[in-house]
Amino acid sequence: MVASGDGGTGLLDFLKSPVAAIQDFYVLSGRAIRNLFRGPHYVDDIALQMDAIGVGSLPIVILTGFFSGVVITMQMARALDQYGATGQVGQIVSITLVRELGPVLTALLVAGRNASGIASELGSMKVTEQIDAMRALGTDPIQKLVTPRMIATAIMLPLLVIIADAVGLLGGFVIAYFSIGLTASQYWTNAYQALEYNDVVQGLLKPFVFAFIISLVGCFYGLRTSGGTQGVGLATTKAVVVSSVWVFVVTSMLTRIFVNLH
Amino acid sequence: MSAASSTAGTKSLLRFEAVSLHFDEIVALDSVSFEMGAGETRVILGAAGSGKTTLLKTALGLIQPDSGRVYLVGKEITGLKENQMFDIRSQVGVLFQEGGLFDSITIAENVAYPLVNRRTHEVPLDEVETKVREALRFVELEQTMEQFPSELSGGMRRRVGIARAVVSEPPLVLYDSPTAGLDPITATTIMALIAKERDSKDTANLIVTQRYQDGQLMANFRYNRSSGQLESASGNGAGGHGSDPSSTVFMVMKDGRVVLEGSQHELEASQDEYIQKFVPRHS
Repeated sequence: MVASGDGGTGLLDFLKSPVAAIQDFYVLSGRAIRNLFRGPHYVDDIALQMDAIGVGSLPIVILTGFFSGVVITMQMARALDQYGATGQVGQIVSITLVRELGPVLTALLVAGRNASGIASELGSMKVTEQIDAMRALGTDPIQKLVTPRMIATAIMLPLLVIIADAVGLLGGFVIAYFSIGLTASQYWTNAYQALEYNDVVQGLLKPFVFAFIISLVGCFYGLRTSGGTQGVGLATTKAVVVSSVWVFVVTSMLTRIFVNLH
Repeated sequence: MSAASSTAGTKSLLRFEAVSLHFDEIVALDSVSFEMGAGETRVILGAAGSGKTTLLKTALGLIQPDSGRVYLVGKEITGLKENQMFDIRSQVGVLFQEGGLFDSITIAENVAYPLVNRRTHEVPLDEVETKVREALRFVELEQTMEQFPSELSGGMRRRVGIARAVVSEPPLVLYDSPTAGLDPITATTIMALIAKERDSKDTANLIVTQRYQDGQLMANFRYNRSSGQLESASGNGAGGHGSDPSSTVFMVMKDGRVVLEGSQHELEASQDEYIQKFVPRHS
């Protein structure tokens, strides 16, 4: 497959950088995951990151979750009213939130908040030689910086999604009760009965997968930072854009799998 | 170039064998060879971009050479995987150009870092504080333990960097431009601390610098343990250390090549135009 002409060589050169980046990402991911099974484990760092990623994201996740529920209920009630089925709004809110919007919206918020934070923190460490210092002092930066962030995000993101789903359903209930005039029993029974085992599994599996994407993409761009403070800004932007895009790509793939399973 | 230093009979701590490294088209290191043993002081002079820092990073295995071999504390590190090098690196102290301190943790935590984060030879926690306090007292910054690096001046950060480099009492300490960007008084203070470390612990030192004065101080002064002062190495040496400061080896680098390796006298006697630029001439 070696190109013989100049044009072919040019094409290969053009591909060299993205292919090398993908390879580097897989190497980083592989090493971060392998570190799960060998010491030392930096438990303090994991706890610190769980606080920063999980507890720190809680207010924005609650707010977004609540208003997502509110908006979905208002829009769906209007559509269902044409068929005289506004009583079914709880069902639509719960399925939409648990299957898709809860995981995706929460992941996007965490990507915006934490992938950027991780990339800028690690990027700053890179350009100020702190990563080299860490390596020189006999510490594996992947073990010390990447693996704790990956573990913390994998634990906290599904929990945040559960909270976002619950608060979203509550937001839907507020509209259903006060604006549409449904009873509490009508709304909650409808919402609860609509959910199947498959919905709950995909609603929790998705954030678990997104957590790896967000944390590893953030770390990847942070550790590749070069070019001073401007490079840190660029790494931060790339981390948010790439992790957000991959959240959408992966949710499409997972949804396809779960739709086929059903 | 052959290893000209006299390491016969002493334990070899760092050895380069025909090490070459390129960054794309740029030659960073060009067949560099040298060896340094226990207690030796080696000063590497060179202009910006001459390969000094690259050499130091290659010595630590932070960068792998294209060809040649590197031995650190008696073990070959060329071609080793990253995780195989951590234990070897933890036996070496290093001061980075800007100090390389971790800015999100306190000074005490920075200095304790090599002790609490190493993968082997764990130091008991009760010993850590004692060693950290001792290392900070050595650089006269014991009062800054709870402060963060951003609260200290450039010179103080460099001193904390020295404390972190020596806290685990390594046999070899590498200094990357320890006086870069500092005023002459602070620069002299930093070099005096490095000489004090060398002479009180008998460590080997590899110092990368652009300033001839740094090497001059290392080659002509020794720390007197009795008086606690730096004194001229030409004196009687009472209270001094085992090795002679005047045995300090100078290496001059240009475009990745070693263009001179020898004593201070050989450096000063050189007629090479590039080398002469580093040595102040007195008319």
